[in-house]
Amino acid sequence: MGYAKQPDFGTPEVRSDRTVTLSIDGREVTVPEGTSVMRAAAEIGGDIPKLCATDMVKSFGSCRLCLVEVEGMRGTPASCTTPVTEGMVVKTQTPRLEKLRRGVMELYISDHPLDCLTCSANNDCELQDAAADVGLRDVRYGYDGAHHLGQAPDVSNPYFLFAPDKCIVCSRCVRACDEVQGTLALTVDGRGFASKISAGTTEDDFLSSECVSCGACVQACPTSALMEKSVKEHGKPERSVVTTCAYCGVGCTFRAEMRGEQLVRMVPWKEGKANRGHSCVKGRFAWGYANHKDRITSPMIRDSIDEPWREVSWAEAISYAAGRLKDIRAEHGARALGGITSSRCTNEETFLVQKLVRGGFGSNNVDTCARVCHSPTGYGLKTTFGTSAGTQDFDSVEHSDVILVIGANPTDAHPVFASRMKRRLRQGAKLIVIDPRRIDLVRSPHIEAAHHLPLQPGTNVAVLTAMAHVIVTEGLVDAKFVQERCEVDAFEDWARFVSDESHSPERLEPVTRVPAEELRAAARLFATGGNGAIYYGLGVTEHSQGSSTVMAIANLAMATGNIGRPGVGVNPLRGQNNVQGACDMGSFPHELSGYRHISDAETRALFEQDWGVTLDAEPGLRINNMLDAACDGTFRAIYIQGEDILQSDPDTKHVAAGLEAMDCVIVHDLFLNETANYAHVFLPGSTFLEKDGTFTNAERRIQPVRRVMDPANGYEDWQVTQLLANAMGLGWDYGHPSEILAEIARLTPTFAGVTWERLCAVGSLQWPVNEANPDGAPVMHIDGFVRGKGHFVVTEYVPTDEKTGPRFPLLLTTGRILSHYNVGAQTRRTANTAWHPEDLLEMHPVDAENRGLKDGDWARLASRKGETTLRVKVTERVAPGVVYTTFHHPETQANVVTTDYSDWATNCPEYKVTAVQVAPSNGPTDWQEDYADLSERSRRISHEPAE
Amino acid sequence: MSNTHARLIYMANQIARNFSALDHEAAAMATADHIQQFWDPRMKAGISGDEPDLSPVAARAFVILRTEGEPPPQTRATVFNPVDEGGRSDAG
Ligand code: SF4
Ligand code: SF4
Ligand code: SF4
Ligand code: FES
Repeated sequence: MGYAKQPDFGTPEVRSDRTVTLSIDGREVTVPEGTSVMRAAAEIGGDIPKLCATDMVKSFGSCRLCLVEVEGMRGTPASCTTPVTEGMVVKTQTPRLEKLRRGVMELYISDHPLDCLTCSANNDCELQDAAADVGLRDVRYGYDGAHHLGQAPDVSNPYFLFAPDKCIVCSRCVRACDEVQGTLALTVDGRGFASKISAGTTEDDFLSSECVSCGACVQACPTSALMEKSVKEHGKPERSVVTTCAYCGVGCTFRAEMRGEQLVRMVPWKEGKANRGHSCVKGRFAWGYANHKDRITSPMIRDSIDEPWREVSWAEAISYAAGRLKDIRAEHGARALGGITSSRCTNEETFLVQKLVRGGFGSNNVDTCARVCHSPTGYGLKTTFGTSAGTQDFDSVEHSDVILVIGANPTDAHPVFASRMKRRLRQGAKLIVIDPRRIDLVRSPHIEAAHHLPLQPGTNVAVLTAMAHVIVTEGLVDAKFVQERCEVDAFEDWARFVSDESHSPERLEPVTRVPAEELRAAARLFATGGNGAIYYGLGVTEHSQGSSTVMAIANLAMATGNIGRPGVGVNPLRGQNNVQGACDMGSFPHELSGYRHISDAETRALFEQDWGVTLDAEPGLRINNMLDAACDGTFRAIYIQGEDILQSDPDTKHVAAGLEAMDCVIVHDLFLNETANYAHVFLPGSTFLEKDGTFTNAERRIQPVRRVMDPANGYEDWQVTQLLANAMGLGWDYGHPSEILAEIARLTPTFAGVTWERLCAVGSLQWPVNEANPDGAPVMHIDGFVRGKGHFVVTEYVPTDEKTGPRFPLLLTTGRILSHYNVGAQTRRTANTAWHPEDLLEMHPVDAENRGLKDGDWARLASRKGETTLRVKVTERVAPGVVYTTFHHPETQANVVTTDYSDWATNCPEYKVTAVQVAPSNGPTDWQEDYADLSERSRRISHEPAE
Repeated sequence: MSNTHARLIYMANQIARNFSALDHEAAAMATADHIQQFWDPRMKAGISGDEPDLSPVAARAFVILRTEGEPPPQTRATVFNPVDEGGRSDAG
C-alpha cells in the first residue's frame, strides 16, 4: 500500500435532511444544506487552495487563499466560510483568482524559511502544496524585512516540537485544541505581524502548559511548525495501515504510518467511528514500548522460582509447559488447572485461551481481568436488561440533554470520549457528577457541573436510592415507559422500597455526606431535563456493592424512561481496550461466549460438538478463588496471558502466596512483569502492532487490529496458545485469526454476522450482528429489552465491612490518570513518564496539616492489610477524610494496602474503599525492600548454555 | 478452620445480606440460586451448612442446595432469551 494523506474536505461535515444543488466549475453537485462551497468542491474532487481551513475545525476565513467567484455576488468570497445556496454558480479558477492567490502566498512565503529540502515536512506540507497550486515562482519582497526566522523551537513535549519560525499563524492548532480536544491550552498572542502561538504559561512551553498532548494541534498544523519528533527522526512515512489502539476502551482507530518496518507515527483515522479522527497521548504517541529494551523475545523456563531463568527454544519451552500441565492434571485432576485471559489481547486470542482451558485442560477455571473491573456490569446489566453491555454508541452523547457521570473520570481515563462529551456540554447539556473527588469535569474551561455530589466512598447505592426516592415520591416517574416496557410487579416492589422515608436524601445525608437539597435538585434535573444519559466507571463497580450500584443505575434509567433511543442509556466506560471483548468471548468461569451459562446443556452441546470434547457443567473458579484454592493445594497450575495479577489485583501478599503455592505458573507477556517473579515458564508475547485480530470497544464495536510489523518474538499470541494446545494433543490448525473469528461467529449468536472480510470492508460493526440486526446495533433495547421486559431490582444499601476507626481513620480510593495505563507496563516504558514519574498520594490540606505533612513529603500509607510509602500531594480535589492514589508503578505497590473485600455478586475487589492511616516516613517499607530484592533475584536470566 | 473456609462463609453471608430486602425464604432461595450459578464445586462443598457463623438466610440456602437440588432461578441472571426474537438477541 502506498502512502497517501487522509483526504481533507476543508470544513467539517454537516448533517442535514435538506440538500442544496449548485454548480462548481460547470459540474453539478448536491450536498447537505449548510455545507461550505469549499467542501462541496472537495466532494467532487476539486481542490481549492487553502491554509487556514481543515475539516477538523470550523472555518475561520483568515488566510484569504481559498477565494472563489460566485455568479451574482460581488468580490471574491472565501469558499471556506461561504455556505452553498440553491442554484449557486461557482468558479474556482480564473485569472483574477490566480493573481489574488499568488499575492497572498507571496506574503506567507516571504516570512517562511525556505529550507524545504531539509525540512521534516518536505512533501508533507500544505504551505508547499499551496505555493505549487497557485503557481508561485518568485517572491518580490525578499527576506530582508522583519521576519520570524531563527526563533528557537520548543522541544519540551517528549513527542512533538513547536518551531515558531515555521508557523504561519493560521490558528488551526488553537481551534483544534478548543474544538476537538476541549482543553483550550493555546492562544494567539499579539496582533497582526506580531501575533504568535502561545501555550500560555510563563515558561511558555508545551510541557508546563495545560496541554494534554493529545496531538490534535499537530494533526491540524499545515506546516512543520507542529510536528511529531518521530517524523524528524525516521523520515516521511511511505505506507499506512489502519488499526485499533490497544490502550483503553474508547477504541480509537489509527493509521499506523510506516517506513519499511519502522513505525513513524500513529495518526488518528478520520473515518474511525469511535474517535472520529481524534486521539489521546497514549494511542497517538506512547507506542515506543514495543521496542523497549526490557521486552523479552526468547522463551524461558526454570524448575523453581529461586533459580535464574534459562533461555530455551520455543519447542523446549512449549513441551516443558505442556509436560508439567499434563503431569499435574494426571495427579490432581482437571480442576487443578486454569487460565486467565487478557483484555489487552484480541477477541480471537482470548477465545482460544478459554477454549484451551475448557476444552484442553478440562476445567472451567478461566477468568479475566474484567473480574477486577467490570464483572459487576456483567451481573447488573444482565439481571436488569438481559445483556452485559453499554446501551449506546459514543455518537449518542451528541443528543443528550443531561449527562450523569458517576464513579468515572473520563478526561483522564477515556479522554477521546471525554472530548466529545465536553463538546456537548459546551453546547449547553447539563452535567451531574457523583464522585468523591472533584474530577476535572466538575469545572473546566466553559464547563461547570450543574451538581457535584461529593459522596463518601462506599455509599453509591445509598445516593442512587435517595435519587430514586425523590423521583418516585415527587411523581417524576415516566409511567408510560414503565407500563409498556418493564415488569410492573417488580417496578411496584421497587417503588415501594425506595419511597420509604428511610431512603430520603435527608435521612441518608449522614451516611452519604451529600447535602439533601443538592441531591434532590440533581434527581429532579435528571428526571425532567430531557434525554438523560448515565456514564459510569470503576468507581461504581469496584465496591462491595458494585453489582447493586449497576442495578441501581439501571433502575434509575428505566424509571425515567431513558433507554432505547439516542441520547440516553446506561454506559459503562470500559477500562482496557478489549474488556468488552474478553467478556463477550466467554472469559468468565460460569459462561461461554455470548454470556451463556455453562450449566445450559443446549449451549454446552453446541460447543462440545464443534470442539469434539466434553465440557464440565459446573462453573469454575474466579481469580481470587483460584488463589485461595492454590493456598489450599487444590489448584496447582495456571496459564496467564497478558495480565499482571500480582500488581493489578488486591491484597498483593495473598496473590503472592497463591502464586508461590502453585506447581506451574506460565506467564505469556511482553515483559517480565511482576507476576513473572513467581513463574516457571515465560512465553514472550507480541504487541498489537504485530498481530491480526479484533478488539471490541465500550460501544460493542468490533474493530480490526492489523499486523504492521513482524512479531519480535516470532509468533502472534494466538499462535503461542495454539502451540501449547497442540502440545497437549488438541490438534488445532488455525492459519489466521479470521478462522478463529469464523468459529466465534458460528458458536455465538450475537456475532453471527461478523466476518473478518466484512470488518475490513466496513471498518467496524457493533454487536449484535445477526438476522434481526444485519448491520449491527448502535443503540440497544429500542423496542424491547434483551430479556423482554426491563426488571427493577430492589437494591438494599449494605455498608462495606471495611470501616474507618481510630487506627485507620482515612478512606483510600484509587484510580488512574491520563498519561498512564493500568499497571503501566507499557506506558512506563515510554516518554509518558514525563507527566507522571511516580504514584502520588492526594490528600486534603487539613488532613495533611494534622499529620505534619507538606506537598512532596514521603508518607507511610498503612491499612489493616499492609503498608507502603509514597509522596504526598496536598490538594482540595479530595474531601477531608479521603485520600487517593494511582497504581501505575510497581515500586509503590498500592495494592499491598487494598483489602480482599469484594463485590457480593462477582467478587470484583473493593479497590475504591480502604481504611488507612497516613504518617510521615523517611523511606520504603520492609515489604517494599523485600519485594525489590525478590524482584531482582527472580528476574535473573542465566546465559549459560544448558547442559 | 482454613482461611478459605472463613472466606467462603463471609461470601455466603454477604450474598444473603444483599438479598435482605426479600422475605426470609425468598432471600434463601435467591442466595442458593446465586451460589449454584457462580460457585465452583469445591467452594460449594466447602460449606456444610452447619457452620455457626453462617447467617440464618445463608444457612437455609445451603439446606436448600443440599436437599432440594437446583433452585429455580431467582435473580433472573440465568434466564436465557430466545435468540434473534423480535428485534432482540441473546446478546449476553
Ligand atoms: S503552529 Fe501550525 S497550526 Fe498553529 S498557527 Fe502555526 S502553522 Fe498554524
Ligand atoms: S496536543 Fe492537544 S492539548 Fe496539547 S496543545 Fe495540542 S491540541 Fe491542545
Ligand atoms: S488510549 Fe483510549 S482514548 Fe487514547 S487513543 Fe487509545 S483508545 Fe483512544
Ligand atoms: S482557507 Fe479559507 S480563508 Fe483560509
